[in-house]
Amino acid sequence: MSSRNGGAGFDTRMIDEVVAELADKPGALMLVLHAVNDRAGYVPAEAVPAIARALNLSRAEVHGVISFYHDFRTKKPGRKIIRVCRAESCQAMGAVALADHIQARLGIEFGQTSGNGDFTLEPVYCLGNCACSPAIVVGEDLYGRVTPQRFDEILSSATSSRSSR
Amino acid sequence: MTTVVYVPRDSSAVSLGADAVAEAIRKEVQSRKLDVKIVRNGSRGMFSHESMVEVATKGGRIAYGPVAAGDVASLFGANFLDGREHVLRLGIADEIPWLKSQTRLTFARAGVTDPVSLDDFIAHRGYLGLERALEIGADAVIAEVTKSGLRGRGGAGFPTGIKWKTAADTPAMPKYVVCNADEGDSGTFSDRMIMEGDPFVLIEGMTIAALAVGATQGYIYLRSEYPHARGALTEAIATAYSTGYLGANILGTGKSFELEIRLGAGAYICGEETAMLESIEGRRGMVRFKPPIPALEGLFGKPTLINNVVSFATVPILIERGGEFFRDLGVGNSRGTMPFQLAGNAKRPGLIEAPIGVTLREIIYGYGGGTASGRPVRAVQVGGPLGAYFTESMLDVALDFESIAAHGGILGHGGIVVFDDTVDMARMARYAMEFCAIESCGKCTPCRIGSIRGTEVIDDIVNRRRPRENLEVLRDLCDTMKFSSLCALGGLTPLPVLSALKYFPEDFGLAASDVEFIGADLTISTSGAGSSNAIA
Repeated sequence: MSSRNGGAGFDTRMIDEVVAELADKPGALMLVLHAVNDRAGYVPAEAVPAIARALNLSRAEVHGVISFYHDFRTKKPGRKIIRVCRAESCQAMGAVALADHIQARLGIEFGQTSGNGDFTLEPVYCLGNCACSPAIVVGEDLYGRVTPQRFDEILSSATSSRSSR
Repeated sequence: MTTVVYVPRDSSAVSLGADAVAEAIRKEVQSRKLDVKIVRNGSRGMFSHESMVEVATKGGRIAYGPVAAGDVASLFGANFLDGREHVLRLGIADEIPWLKSQTRLTFARAGVTDPVSLDDFIAHRGYLGLERALEIGADAVIAEVTKSGLRGRGGAGFPTGIKWKTAADTPAMPKYVVCNADEGDSGTFSDRMIMEGDPFVLIEGMTIAALAVGATQGYIYLRSEYPHARGALTEAIATAYSTGYLGANILGTGKSFELEIRLGAGAYICGEETAMLESIEGRRGMVRFKPPIPALEGLFGKPTLINNVVSFATVPILIERGGEFFRDLGVGNSRGTMPFQLAGNAKRPGLIEAPIGVTLREIIYGYGGGTASGRPVRAVQVGGPLGAYFTESMLDVALDFESIAAHGGILGHGGIVVFDDTVDMARMARYAMEFCAIESCGKCTPCRIGSIRGTEVIDDIVNRRRPRENLEVLRDLCDTMKFSSLCALGGLTPLPVLSALKYFPEDFGLAASDVEFIGADLTISTSGAGSSNAIA
């Protein structure tokens, strides 16, 4: 597989650290994948053989688990991940129009990363914020009752906080 | 004297700016050199008034809401610390009719206490259930749970006492207790509110369960979409360990119970109990064949008691007060209270704990005040994405397991999503199939392939491509999914589809006569249906 999406800056020692910490736990693979996904932002293809070896699994088993769960990315995401709830409660409060607006505003579709690497847009099916629909998450922050206008404000503050860094 | 001000840490409140409100209050307190302690409580669940700030006064806790950070200076200007008048003043929190009319048992402490303070928990009758459980012993605990009539609050409604008895009577060791905290249904947030607002009650309920069935290891399988719940739970578990409420020697009894959080990874299907077990074991969340049931052979092949967050969180109060107390509430075979969650297009959405049997109309109009948009209610989905849609004229139905089932629906986890008259029900039916396709584990064909075909067939009907033939295909497809799927995802996806078809045929370009094959209880008549009709 091409290493264009991350092989370059990927530190294999991180895998060793994660595995050393978690390998003895029952059902360790999910824990290891979460830890790698959290630290690197994704699970690089290069990490799969190392994880498989360390946990005495086949590469196919590791790949199968990665591909099953929406959380585990196989490509490096943008600097901020924007997740937009697409489930019923949010739909009842305008989530379809909001999702259209967000895609147009960012110039990307769900599953894509903006050209400047700032944002990755992901769908999510329920954030448990259904009493404040529609809901989105930007980075670590949950927002409720989001209108297209409020999204634009959230986006500009997210963008300015980045450039001031 | 220190004045205590409460600002919720609940993630929904935070999503509306509660952190900024707390910060603004802190700054005002600092600049005015006041003696104020800010407690980050859970939410009381009245989200139309979040962020709801409360001040403890001699006359009770006075609520103000909805407060935004920009309102804080004026609150101080109006002396809100003394409970004084302000345009946002709601009065004594406990006396607000929306809250006062509820029967808060499972949610007695949510929004009232500091969720991560063990002292606060104990000061509000926390751990009295565990104390009594230790006094009366395992058999009596299971008898109380059985007597209470509690049925699983996760969605399936299985009698909790029977499950506990089965796990207790299974001799193999070790045994596990697993809490299903993979609350994935759209329109539901009661698990989240317990974990964020009163995490110790979940720990207490799981500890009582572990001691009753003889389990020594517990897991909370928590969805990754709930980082705030993870934070509160992690802190509460650490405190419970350091104070002897968890670990090798619980309260000096010599009994041990270890508890750990395991995170899901965004797969809805892992809320299905056997898929959840696979996931905890580190595999793809593929549904298992049953039997064996998990109580006999579950996690790592060992006897495993699995309950939902709300079920476990309800156990302490019914052990403390006795099973009869709980059983005396509710109707028919649906006993006790249930935390209903009103969401979607509702004017006053939120968490409404009421005796089972309250009507849908009371929840939607009495508590909810109708739609947020002010437009007429057109459709209501009860029981999550796998639940049936109801029409406005059906809202007098009682919210209990049997009454909802009589309409072919499910009570599920108690989620209620309201739609106004702008909703396109053909689109919602298509979405139900689409969601099933996205979230299917892929193990059984009706769910994996049926859901994809379902979206295609609905598109064809709506776009007038051989609608008569395609309606027959959709009917057969729903029938197949319902009866030959391995679990509820494929098996119940036909409910939203069939109810949308039955009650809103015009949205599909169909007439009522076209969908006569769907019975009042959403059963499908497969003989000659969809034939003699007006579709051409």
